[in-house]
Order: sequence, then C-alpha cells, then structure tokens
Amino acid sequence: MKLFAFTKTADVSDAVKGASSSDTAQQGAKIRFVAGGTTLLDLMKLSVETPDTLIDINRLPLDKIETTRDGGLKIGAMVRNADLANHPYVKSHFPVLSEALLSGASAQLRNMATTGGNLLQRTRCVYFRDTAFACNKREPGSGCPAIEGENRTLAVLGTSDSCIATNPSDMNVALTALEATIIIKGPLGEREVAIDDFYLLPGSTPHIENVLKPGDLITHVVVKGLPSDSKSVYLKLRDRASYEFALASAAVIVQVEGGKITRARIALGGVGTKPWRALEAEKTLSGAAANEANFRKAAEDALRNAKPQSQNKFKIELSKRCLTHALKMATS
Amino acid sequence: MPATKDKSNSPIGRATKRIDGPLKVTGSAIYTSDHNFPGMLYAVPVGATIANGTIAKLDTKEAEKMPGVKAVFHRANIGQLFRVAPNSDFSAFSDEDRPPFDDDIIRYYGQYVAVAVAETFEQATAAAEAVKVTYNEKKPNVETLLSADSKVHVESERGDAQKAFDDAGLKLDVTYTTPAETHNVIELHSSVAVFDDPNFTLYETTQGVVNHRNVLAQVLGVEPENVKVISKFLGSGFGGKITPWPQSAIAAAVSRKLRKPIKLVISRKMTFHAAGHRPRTQQRVRISADEKGKLTSLQHDYLNHTAILDDFKENCGECTKYLYSCANLRVTSALAKRNIGTPTSMRGPGAVPGLFATESALDELAIKLKMDPLQLRIINEPEKDEGINIPFASRHLIECYKAGADKFGWAKRDPRVGSMKRDGLTLGWGMAGASWIAERWPAEVAVELRNDGTAKVSTGTQDIGTGTYTVLAQVLADKVGLSMDKVEVVLGDSSLPPGPLSGGSMVTASLIPAVSKAAEKVIGTLLAAAVKTPGEKYFGVEQKDMTYTEGKVHKKDEPASAGISFQKVLNAGNFKFLTGKGSSSTTFTAKPKVSMHSYGAHFVEVTWQEEIARLRVNRVVTVIDAGKIINPKAGRNQIEGAVVMGIGMALFEHTHYEPSKGAPLNSNFADYIVAVNADVPALDVHFLEFENTELNEYGARGIGEIGLAGFAAATANAVYHATGVRVRNLPIKIEDLLATT
Repeated sequence: MKLFAFTKTADVSDAVKGASSSDTAQQGAKIRFVAGGTTLLDLMKLSVETPDTLIDINRLPLDKIETTRDGGLKIGAMVRNADLANHPYVKSHFPVLSEALLSGASAQLRNMATTGGNLLQRTRCVYFRDTAFACNKREPGSGCPAIEGENRTLAVLGTSDSCIATNPSDMNVALTALEATIIIKGPLGEREVAIDDFYLLPGSTPHIENVLKPGDLITHVVVKGLPSDSKSVYLKLRDRASYEFALASAAVIVQVEGGKITRARIALGGVGTKPWRALEAEKTLSGAAANEANFRKAAEDALRNAKPQSQNKFKIELSKRCLTHALKMATS
Repeated sequence: MPATKDKSNSPIGRATKRIDGPLKVTGSAIYTSDHNFPGMLYAVPVGATIANGTIAKLDTKEAEKMPGVKAVFHRANIGQLFRVAPNSDFSAFSDEDRPPFDDDIIRYYGQYVAVAVAETFEQATAAAEAVKVTYNEKKPNVETLLSADSKVHVESERGDAQKAFDDAGLKLDVTYTTPAETHNVIELHSSVAVFDDPNFTLYETTQGVVNHRNVLAQVLGVEPENVKVISKFLGSGFGGKITPWPQSAIAAAVSRKLRKPIKLVISRKMTFHAAGHRPRTQQRVRISADEKGKLTSLQHDYLNHTAILDDFKENCGECTKYLYSCANLRVTSALAKRNIGTPTSMRGPGAVPGLFATESALDELAIKLKMDPLQLRIINEPEKDEGINIPFASRHLIECYKAGADKFGWAKRDPRVGSMKRDGLTLGWGMAGASWIAERWPAEVAVELRNDGTAKVSTGTQDIGTGTYTVLAQVLADKVGLSMDKVEVVLGDSSLPPGPLSGGSMVTASLIPAVSKAAEKVIGTLLAAAVKTPGEKYFGVEQKDMTYTEGKVHKKDEPASAGISFQKVLNAGNFKFLTGKGSSSTTFTAKPKVSMHSYGAHFVEVTWQEEIARLRVNRVVTVIDAGKIINPKAGRNQIEGAVVMGIGMALFEHTHYEPSKGAPLNSNFADYIVAVNADVPALDVHFLEFENTELNEYGARGIGEIGLAGFAAATANAVYHATGVRVRNLPIKIEDLLATT
C-alpha cells in the first residue's frame, strides 16, 4: 500500500467538488471516495487500487431508508447492508433484497459495507487482484490470463475477448430485478440512471465498469413499490453454505394469477460480467402456466447465449437449476 | 514411588477447562507477534513472482530511499547463512533445507529474494513492493498429473500381490488424488528476533522450540547455547509449524546485521508460498477379493509432489500395511519434482490422504461384492500386524465400527444408490475406518515443589492450542496429589529441559512417564529433607519408612492426616523449592515388539438436493479409541476440530497453482475455501477408552490427528450412496456431481 492523503467531509457538494479533479472515476482513479472500505481498502493493500487521495464520506447525511408514496424505497447511499437487510419494511415488502443482502459476505462485513459501495463492488477474479499478472481490467491492454487459466468462478454471460470477470454482488442482482434507479450527484448536477444502464459490459474496455465520471457520487437508490400480489425470492448457490461469492444466484419477482404468470422479473448473479437481467426468460414466462417445465424453459432461454470457459461450463447448468428452483420457490 | 491417590479425586479423565482459557479470552495471552521491543524494526520479505528461473537484476535503490526504510537485504548483503545438517532423529530438522537467499535461482513462486526493513510495517511493506526484480524466467512445472522423478521405493511387501491380482476375478484398479492443501492456521507465521551479541532470543510460532533452536543455531552459524526460542501460545500449527520456515532465519539475520529487534510477520498470501503445505498425492490402488470378500491382494502405489530441492514424502501407505488382513500386498512410494515450495506435514500426514484412497477403494470393492462395507472390513480384520509380523498392543477397530454403527443407525441403511430420502432430500450414508500411530518422543521435564505449597512442571515443549498446558497440569496434580489451582505449567522455552515436538500426536504420551519420574524424584528429595531437618517431626526417621500422600509427608504406618504438609517441610528446612528431573525415551525403534496404533471409525450422512446441486454434510458419528482420555473436554475438541477440517478436505480445500506462473492463486480466505460454521452439523464424538499401558501408566495415546484420518473417504462413500457418482479426486465439487445429469 502506498501513502495517500485522507480527507473527510459531511457535505455532499463538498465531496463532489473534492473528487471532480480526479482523472477518472474508474479503475486507477487518483481520488476515491471511501465509505465502508470493504472492497477499496482490500484492493489498496493489494496495490490494485493506488489512489493519492481518499475522501471519507461516512459522515454524509445519506444514511436513511425512506418509503416512497408508491410503496417503494429511497435508500441513502450510506445505509449499511446490515441495516437495509434487517429493515422491517424491506423484509416484509422486498424479501428478495433482504435475502440477497443477507446471503452476502459476513455479519461483520455487512455492518460496514454500504449501499453505494456495494453497487461498486469489484470482481473477485484472482488475476485482477494480483498485480504480478496481466489483467485488462487493471491494466488496459495487458491481456487476460483468466481466459486460458483459473476461470472456474468467472462469467459465462456478457464476456468479451478482453475480460470474463464476474460481478460478485448479491444486492445488485436483487436491485436489477427490482429495476432500481440510481441517483447520482455530479459536478453538473443530479441525474438518475436505471441500474441496467449503470453497468457497462466489458467489451474492449473492461476497466470502465459503469457510467460514473470524476466527481460523481451515488447519493440514493430508488426502488418502486411492488404490486401486492407479487412474490420475490433470492436463491444463491455456492460451494460452502455461507461466506462465499455466488457460483450462481437468481433474483425473481413474479405475479401469478389463476395459475398463470402475469409478470416475472428476473436477474441472475454469479454468471454475468454485470448483474444479469434475464429479459428472455421474463418473456418466456409472461402469460405461461406456472409449472416446472416452463420454469426450466425460461432458464434455458436465459442461458442460451452463455459462453463457457475451460473450467466453468458447469455454471451454465447450475444457473439454470438455480433459476428454475427460485421460480418454484416464488410460486409455491 | 507413585503418589498414592484416591481415584475419585484424580483429575485424570476429568473434563477440565483450559487453564490458559482466561488468558486467551481476555486477550492477555501474549502470542509471538504481540511482542514489542524498544527500537524494534519491521521486516517484510520480497517474494519472487516467477516459479522457475534466475534473478537477473535486483534493484533496491528506490526502496532504500523511501520514508522510514533502514535497509534492504538480499543475498549480497545479508551475511552468510548455513545449511542444516542431515538429521535422522528429528532433533534438528528442517523441511526446507536451503537457507534463505542461498543463490540466485528461483525454484518456486514466492521464494524470498530480499527483505525490506523499516520503522513501521506499512513503510516496510511499501518498500518491499518497490524493490525491482527482473528475472530470466523459464516455464514452471506445476503439472498436477504426477509421474515418478525418483526411484520407486518399496515401502512394504508380502506374498505376490501382482500375481494374486492377475489371477483374481473380482478386482478394482483405480487412482485417487488429493490436492495440495495449505494449513491456513489463523496465527500467521511470525518471528520476532532480538540479537544481543552474541545471543539471539527468537520469539517464534513453532511446534518445536527445541528443534527450532537447534536448526536456527546451524543456519546462523552459532552455538545452540547462544540461541533461545520462545513460543508460549500458538494460534494453531496443524503441522505447518513443526519445522522452521525461511522467515525465521531472515528475521534473526537482519537483527544481527542491524543490532535491532526485528519483527517479521508474513502475509496470508505468503503462507501459501514458503511455509509448507500438504503435497498433492496420486494413489493407484489395485485390490482384489474372493467371492466372500476376503482380500486376496492389495497394491497401493503412491506419488506426491515435492519441491525441487527437498524430498518430502507424504507417506500415504502409512496404514495400508497393517489395517487389513491380506496375504499379498505391495506398497510403493515415489516423488514428483515440481516448482512448488517445500511441502511439510499437515495434520495426519500420510495416513490422511492414504486412507482417503484405501477406505474409498474398500467401499468400491464392497459395492462390487454387493456387501455391506462395514461387513467387508470386519471380514478382513487382521489378528496381528501383518506388515511387520508382530502382535497388536491394543487394536479395537471392530469395537469402534460396531459402536459407531449402533449410534448412527447403520443397520437401517438401504444400500441402493439414491434410495434413502428425507424432507425432499436424498440421503447418502458412508463410513470409513481411521488409524494413527501411537508413539513417544524423547522428553525431559523438571518438577518443583515450592515453599508456598504449589508445584511446577516445566519442559521445552509447547501448547499449540491442543490443551497441553491443561493436560500437564492434570498429570502433575495427580502425581503430587494437589488440586489444579496449586500447580503451574511452564512451556514454550528452548532453555527448559528438552521436551517433545508437537507433532505426531505424541506429546501427552511422551510426557506422562517423564512427569511421573520427575515427581517420584522430587518426592524422594522431599522425604530426605523431612528426615534430615533437625527439630522437625520426622527428624531421624528412616527415609524408607516415610511416604507421601496428597501433599503430605508421613510415616507409612500412620494415616496421611497425621503427617505434615510438604510446604511445612520446605519452610522448616529453609528450602525455596525442591526439584526433580525425569525423562522418557522414544518408542521409535528399528524392531518394535508390538504394533501400537490408535483406531477409529467415521459414519457420515450427506444430504443431496439434485435440483440445485446442493451437497451438505448433515450428520457425523465418530468413534475413537485412543486409550485413556486425560481431558475429555480438550479431547472432544480435538476430534471435532479434525472432523471440521475433514469436511473442508472432502468438499472444499484445494490450493490451485496457476499453470503459467506457478503461483498459488487462491491465496486468501475468500478463495481458499474451508468449512465455515454453517457447513458443520452437530458432531457426535465418542471415545472408547481401552487402556493399554505400553506407552505410559495411564494408557493414554494421542488424539490430535486421528480425527481427520478416514473422514474424507467416509464422505466420498456417502456421496456415492446418495448420487451414484464416485469421486476419486478431492475435493468433491459441484461440477463432479452435475456431470452425470
């Protein structure tokens, strides 16, 4: 870890101003916000991130969970994962979000990690995290040893010749199914971005992971209320029972009427280079009978374009089973 | 003269809380890296980022100019470090023989090439990163498929196994593999070195203070008298701290160079490089039986990877030669050289990977025979140790099987694959046997009786977290007839009478006879003092007419209550303390007369949820006969801990060496998967205490390792029963079970 300057602010505009002179808000940024620090400090210790300046935003007044008029949520960026997961209204009205959060990390990490920080969680690809190796995400143009190397846990959807790194978050998978909106305050003012547009596919620029520009600060995440007859589930599959990133996960929100699915919203985790909205599966299920055969068909459609690597072919089947079972759980 | 004792009051066999527990839960136990000294500097090593090649250039200029940096040492300026002499009695041995910085050749990833020293840990870390090393890089060999680079060594042979195998109708020829595993103890390898010319005091994390002292004296080129090694508490060792690793010599050498105390704590990542691991094994098992299940041949040919410079053998055939009755047997070993750091012992070395192979093979054979796997083992129970043709001293494996089967409900097992269901889950039931050596190391102890009415035992062994402090307190309390609060145990210092290595599950068995003799000696001295102190009650009495009972000196022909306390004797004679020394010898001999081992059995239930490919260990019954259990509380803890490790071995643990650079890439706790609490069901552990006094008067043997032996096989056997998939390559992964569906 190299030396860095450390400043604190309790004011959103101050924070935005402080970071606006950074060269980038993406990999290698010289100025970084730090909240829970559960990803950033780890990466700094590994010299994967080497900022000159950290702006501590823990005191920003963004730590409220508000319910909106339509029964939705406005979540402050500084709300800790533990607080969001255990909030009574979130538990009762957005079980998919609560379950996703509680399936991630450990109690200690959830006590520190924030909503805004989790949106920006970085991949666990071992090559990204080790500066002795090439990595297009860390050092653009240096190559991707994962494609020929250790890729058991890496992505099968949204990959490119430059990068196959998985987005490891659980929360973001639930938020993607919930069609969350991310509110960003930047040097030019405030803007709203749909979560599916927030994340970028790696393509030939895997070091650019999202739409954030220098000075941009995530202030809130907004989720619309769910119809009262919808059921939601988050299912996560992994090697061990706890404290591990997903090999495959699924967030599903479904409405069933007279044995037929009227609407399904689905996102997959652990398999994509970004939280993966499965629109094909949603289409398959729309108006279809709520039975296992259709669930499996939807899962086949969701993974139709999956591209396996040398070690992770099994994740395609695992992801299909995960989605099929999650749909079964949500409709039973 | 044994202290007479009222058995009901004896602390032996009583579930006893750790006497060091309060220190540990209050954070007052001082571990190695907790030691701080005025003027102390921090050292951080630089590891090679290639696994094969040579150093072309080592540029330290930038690093040396960084804030707080005192020096950067490497081969050219660290001073001479020496090689450890060949050693056959474990008194001065090191698994990695090469002293650090010995040449410019890189043979494994992470090999230390330099060390940065600075005022703070952070400064030293930054400087270590700033050291620029360029290499002449060659492709490393970390290939997982093993073939012999050494001569094939015949470990054991009887009859003609190949002919019997060729002639057999019912046979199996299969190969099992176990991956490299890294110990991953919580307490990182740490060295705090204090050089006070000409003496070194080395605070270390070691499972052998005396061995560590003897090794470091050689590496530093000084007399053992000039080296003192301290290791009061360990955050576990699991074999990974039996012999010194290069960071220890580096810290000491830097301390000598700079004349300052040096703290060197390696990172989690570095523990995957230059701090040992269980090597990968590849084991071919050929086994045949007649139609009744009687084994007609057994061949066990195993290989393990080892480092380029060090020949470490993972002795997978450890149990094969004596575990089953079989007239035709051949066991061979060989090594495969890899660009990987030196392997070392990891909990149950040899037996643990070996039993995965043989106990899986027996299950496969039982399936071929359409026979209950438990029955197959009973049929092949030997009457003597057929490996060296001597009687068993205490073999109660059948009793372990039967007790385990009974507690598990094995009789209700439906052998058909996937046939047993509960709550929508498929159940798999598997079992396997366990065994481990029962031996003694040489050991010396001193026992003191003190004028404040307390007693002390001291020896140069160490408590690696297993409960040695407490067990020794129990033994001493029993021997001198005092309550536990009146005894003190002093360990973890190489200047104490040389005690045993904490390896091989042998410390308790080794120390009991030594404590017994030392107690006998000091009581003899006490009685002499009692009859030689003028004016005192027993002055002038013949010493042979005197005895000692539970803290009191008295005449043999009077009750203990009529006697006087030893404290009074000491004070009357103006003695601060009396000391007795005792020793016990090793049981390792070329020609043993009896075969001494411990035995056990594991019964495992797994649940398999095919629709989401979810496998969990759901229920475990483990029965162990390791003789008398001195402290059932600590004993149970050892077996439970081993089973937890067994779940990791069976389902998760695997160090991945990346093929292009030879780096162990999953070198952190997020990527190196061990069992977490949620993976561990309630564990049902039972001890059968068949006491055999071959090793010591209590009939106690070791229990640190046997709990891991056989567990992975029992799990793999259960997985087959649930899924129909026979996994012969550990760990058992989701993809193995998805493959057939």
